[in-house]
Amino acid sequence: MLEHIELFFKSIFIDNMVFAVFLGMCSYLAVSKKVSTAVGLGAAVIFVLAVTVPLNWLLDQYLLRDGALVWLGPEYADYNLSFLSFILFIATIATMVQLVEIVVEKFSPSLYNSLGIFLPLIAVNCAILGGSLFMQSRDIQSLGLAFNYGVSSGIGWFLAILAIAAIREKIRYSNVPAPLRGLGITFIITGLMGIGFQSFGGMLTGGDDAAPVEDEQRMDYDKVSEIKKENLDKEDIDEKEISYNDAINE
Amino acid sequence: MALLTKKDAKLISDPLADNNPITIQVLGICSALAITAELKASIVMSVAVIFVLGVGNVVISLMRNIIPSKIRIIVQLIVVATLVIVVDQVLKAFAYELSKTLSVFIGLIITNCIIMGRFEAFALGNGPWRSFLDGIGNALGYGVILIIVGFFRELLGSGTLLGYKVLGDPIAKTGLYATGYENNGFMIIPPAALIVVGIIIWVQRSRNKALIEDH
Repeated sequence: MLEHIELFFKSIFIDNMVFAVFLGMCSYLAVSKKVSTAVGLGAAVIFVLAVTVPLNWLLDQYLLRDGALVWLGPEYADYNLSFLSFILFIATIATMVQLVEIVVEKFSPSLYNSLGIFLPLIAVNCAILGGSLFMQSRDIQSLGLAFNYGVSSGIGWFLAILAIAAIREKIRYSNVPAPLRGLGITFIITGLMGIGFQSFGGMLTGGDDAAPVEDEQRMDYDKVSEIKKENLDKEDIDEKEISYNDAINE
Repeated sequence: MALLTKKDAKLISDPLADNNPITIQVLGICSALAITAELKASIVMSVAVIFVLGVGNVVISLMRNIIPSKIRIIVQLIVVATLVIVVDQVLKAFAYELSKTLSVFIGLIITNCIIMGRFEAFALGNGPWRSFLDGIGNALGYGVILIIVGFFRELLGSGTLLGYKVLGDPIAKTGLYATGYENNGFMIIPPAALIVVGIIIWVQRSRNKALIEDH
């Protein structure tokens, strides 16, 4: 139970799709001019992520990963089909989106009217494929957790687009320098929001003393450590530790 | 130049500036920004996109008359996915460390909006040679922005370029660091990329007033 809660908050705030890893930026920038359309697209993203991440988890577990085919018999234990994951994941996503569109159109025309136009857009939204690829690279342990991961990263994306749409509606009344209007200022606001979201980073590690070194999946920490490592004298381990932590605290 | 007519040359030069995929068309931002903390990763990513978009545009253009329009999205996705698998396997074989740094972002070239956008907007309606030029041009426009962002983020963030210490040694306090200069750790974190791109847009639009949007 605890790991569910942890994953839930981690995917919404710390590893937020938009602010931490920049996924789904194209539709985030293109469809965030009005709050109402942003809500529609956000809901569709949550929905599609909740369906495709568990499905791709099953594919990964029983078809793609190293030794996944062992259920066919012991002679298949050596097979590793993980190089096929891109093509299978994207095929699953494209098919599921099409399927969801047909089902929703049939059973709930009102939902279709509000969601429908966004569904085809979503097949090529990086947040959806990114969800599945991160699910694979983070080694999510169970189907329940995969579902949780899908829903919560969807909610994170939803929050992000809702916030930027609200800001963009208001910023129309401000005096933005002409060359920055529209796209430019949206980029800068998103950057500032991303910096704000960075402060959630300490939420689950318990503050400064818990070193986030174990957390290998955080791209930015990895990069900080790699870059810092190059800068430092290899023998001077103590100093490396200190300045690594400094880099994190910055 | 006999090889390129004026119209063809425009296909390449246009996306580099006034019709840049990132700053004007707002495409392909998804997988671009997260990997620009180092110049090297930006260059590799640009090369990968140039390859995928150039070859993909030719393939789609050759098949444009036999693809049923209803399933074209899936056909396009399969073509991109195949090309990306090739890139991914090559990187894993020859530059394993780098492919770890780029992690899922190589896979995300598949959903890079530039690629689908160019397939839809150009390759489905034009011959292979022009599609090839269009693909290369747009991928170069994307690469230019990536490399500019990567250059500034690596230089200001860690004082290096492609791993070489161009500003001196921050520990031994040589070079520029002797004057009290410090690395800006802010440039390494992901949101800095957005702000750098924001500034690029600002500069570009100040130079070319025609690009300014009204609210």
